[in-house]
Amino acid sequence: MAHSDHDNPALGHHWESFEQQHQGNVMGMWLFLSTEIMLFSGMFLAYFIFRMLYPDMFTAANHFQNVFLGTVNTAVLIMSSVTMVLAVRSAQVGNNRLLRIFLLATAFLGLVFLGIKAYEYYEHWHEGLVPGLHWTNAELIADEAKGIFKGSAQIYFFMYFVMTIIHALHMTVGLGIVLTLWWRARDGRFLKEGFDPIELIGLYWHFVDVVWVFLFPLLYLLGKQG
Amino acid sequence: MAVPTLALPQKKNYINAGSGLKSWLLTTDHKRIAILYLISISIMFLLGGLMAALIRMELLTPAADLMGSDDYNRLFTSHGVVMIFGFLIPSIPAVLGNFLIPLMIGAKDLAFPRVNLLSWYIYMVAGVMVLWVLFNGGLDTGWTFYTPYSSSVSTSEVLPTTLAVFIMGFSSILTGLNFIVTIHTMRAPGMTWFRMPLFLWSMYATSLIMLLGTPVLGITMLLLFAERVFGVGIFDPALGGDPLLFQHFFWFYSHPAVYIMILPSMGVISEVIAAFTRKRIFGYRFVAFSSIAIAIFGFLVWAHHMFVAGMSIHAALIFSLLSYLVAIPSAIKVFNWSATLYKGSIQFSTPMLYAMGFLGLFTIGGLTGLFLSALALDVHVTDTYFVVAHFHFIMVGGAVMGYLAGLHFWWPKITGRMYSETWAKLAALITFIGFNVTFFPQFIVGFLGMPRRYHTYAPEFQVLNILSTAGASILAVGMILPIFYLTSSLWSGKRAGKNPWGAAGLEWETESPPPQFNFDETPVVTVGAYNYGPVEDKIG
Ligand SMILES: [Cu+2]
Repeated sequence: MAHSDHDNPALGHHWESFEQQHQGNVMGMWLFLSTEIMLFSGMFLAYFIFRMLYPDMFTAANHFQNVFLGTVNTAVLIMSSVTMVLAVRSAQVGNNRLLRIFLLATAFLGLVFLGIKAYEYYEHWHEGLVPGLHWTNAELIADEAKGIFKGSAQIYFFMYFVMTIIHALHMTVGLGIVLTLWWRARDGRFLKEGFDPIELIGLYWHFVDVVWVFLFPLLYLLGKQG
Repeated sequence: MAVPTLALPQKKNYINAGSGLKSWLLTTDHKRIAILYLISISIMFLLGGLMAALIRMELLTPAADLMGSDDYNRLFTSHGVVMIFGFLIPSIPAVLGNFLIPLMIGAKDLAFPRVNLLSWYIYMVAGVMVLWVLFNGGLDTGWTFYTPYSSSVSTSEVLPTTLAVFIMGFSSILTGLNFIVTIHTMRAPGMTWFRMPLFLWSMYATSLIMLLGTPVLGITMLLLFAERVFGVGIFDPALGGDPLLFQHFFWFYSHPAVYIMILPSMGVISEVIAAFTRKRIFGYRFVAFSSIAIAIFGFLVWAHHMFVAGMSIHAALIFSLLSYLVAIPSAIKVFNWSATLYKGSIQFSTPMLYAMGFLGLFTIGGLTGLFLSALALDVHVTDTYFVVAHFHFIMVGGAVMGYLAGLHFWWPKITGRMYSETWAKLAALITFIGFNVTFFPQFIVGFLGMPRRYHTYAPEFQVLNILSTAGASILAVGMILPIFYLTSSLWSGKRAGKNPWGAAGLEWETESPPPQFNFDETPVVTVGAYNYGPVEDKIG
């Protein structure tokens, strides 16, 4: 019975059955995501250490974030997770038309997110909030000089840029893969047994979304209550 | 079953399954990728060895003879970077692990063959970058990249090196990921977890560290890179950063990385000792779980590298205690291997000689590690040659000896040929003697106070340094000999047959060299590892 599976090109030559291949693929993706978690943990740790060292600086620098755009982006990403789930479901039940529609929708929402993010970066540049390259923000520089807060606000923006750029890179990679899968899905190869690639990109996409769900409150919503 | 068959020259195997450079560079066969790695890491090893030779030459006299301090800084940094990232980290996993894991569990390949090839290409890209750095100014920060020197002061090639280390990390991560999935999902029918050879347990533990530790080094390198490029950051105190944070990050990976180097060797030693005593490893489950324990404990002890760096004394106490705890699983292994020897029918073939060398040298390396985990003693010997000797006992006496044991043990399987046992035994002996003469004096000279990383030293240390340099020359002979007799075995070696050592394990049940998909039929496993009966005659 395992042998008949090998007539289907979706089964790799080194696997015994689709079940084994699926188990391996999914486990591989989860392990990859655990690596990613460790990568982001390093940044989160650095973030928390500097927030502990310089709490007032973090609140002061945080005022320059555009909370509205951040909220919109969070909503966009959560929407894209929904369309991603629907894409996986469509592949499983064998509906190729819906699969391609939902993949495209996911890619579109991802692109909207990146567009908004790019606009925010553009705003930061204009307000002189780019550490090292364009650090001219009069208010922060003056407050720092007056000693209103301890530490350099450049550290907050350094962490902000590192974390969100690495997140955006993950989004870009995901976007590329989603579009590739959308293109390759023309012949219906991802339906039924062949749905592994869709499930894997789904896992990845959700992970990247979840990272944003942590980034958003930590980077945007600091001290807004007071 | 064990009909003596000599592999016929024309028989299809993974080596003659395709010909031409392209068939190698585009292969997804785990055995061929292992060969690609073998060639690449050997080049790295020779380069790193050459640098070691230069270091020992410079240290022959107390004065600066060959170079100034700047060049010397670049020299020992390159030696460290090349040996650790280019050779030791990939060594056993990428070569022997790649080759053997599917064979040992009865699978056709690793779970993700193309990812496996990708990991080699990633390694090569990073390797070429490291070589580029070597020939274009070099790096002078030490392999530890300590900030703020690396981020704000050094004028050497920090950026390309950190980038190379970052990239090389992915090769390691992908290898570890592939191994874990393969061991979990692709075991042949009947190959339960506790029937697996201990080599697989140690590769599994190693893979866990690669998977969970390497990304932290990656992000550290990335943050350092960004800090250096933009002149803003979090590690340089002049910028409001915290240099200790860098050290915490760095050692969070780099202490477990020591176990990436030594755990695979421990796996090899289990296989070799079982095969050449004709016995099941004593306390199999203890040895298996001690690998996992080492991987877990290994993540909790990193700050023992920072006892004198200005850490809180309470934190230091805890890290000291935890470091002592790592000794327990390591000791379990050494005791169980020794107990396996008891009443075994011991045969001192070349792999076994290396394994015996490993046992002694690793024990010394491990015990001196306890000296360094002791808070008070550590203050005395930090940054002296005592530390240098300690980690060379682990990394060369342990990891490299284990690698050589494994290479000699599975060479007949990989190539289908036997090497000259006489030359090989001689090389093992020379290596052992050379190693001890090189590094034992460094314990003494370090304890007497000679600091590491200087090209000049006080004249009273010269005798011990001459001894060390003399030992290095002997060691070099021991390292160069295998290149000749192993290479010549490819043409003139006796054909090995399936199982030249009469060892147990699935990898010995297939041809040497194995066919392209490892087994003609998926094997079914009915017995545990090391199933050596009271009377054994399986030579075939
Ligand atoms: Cu350590």
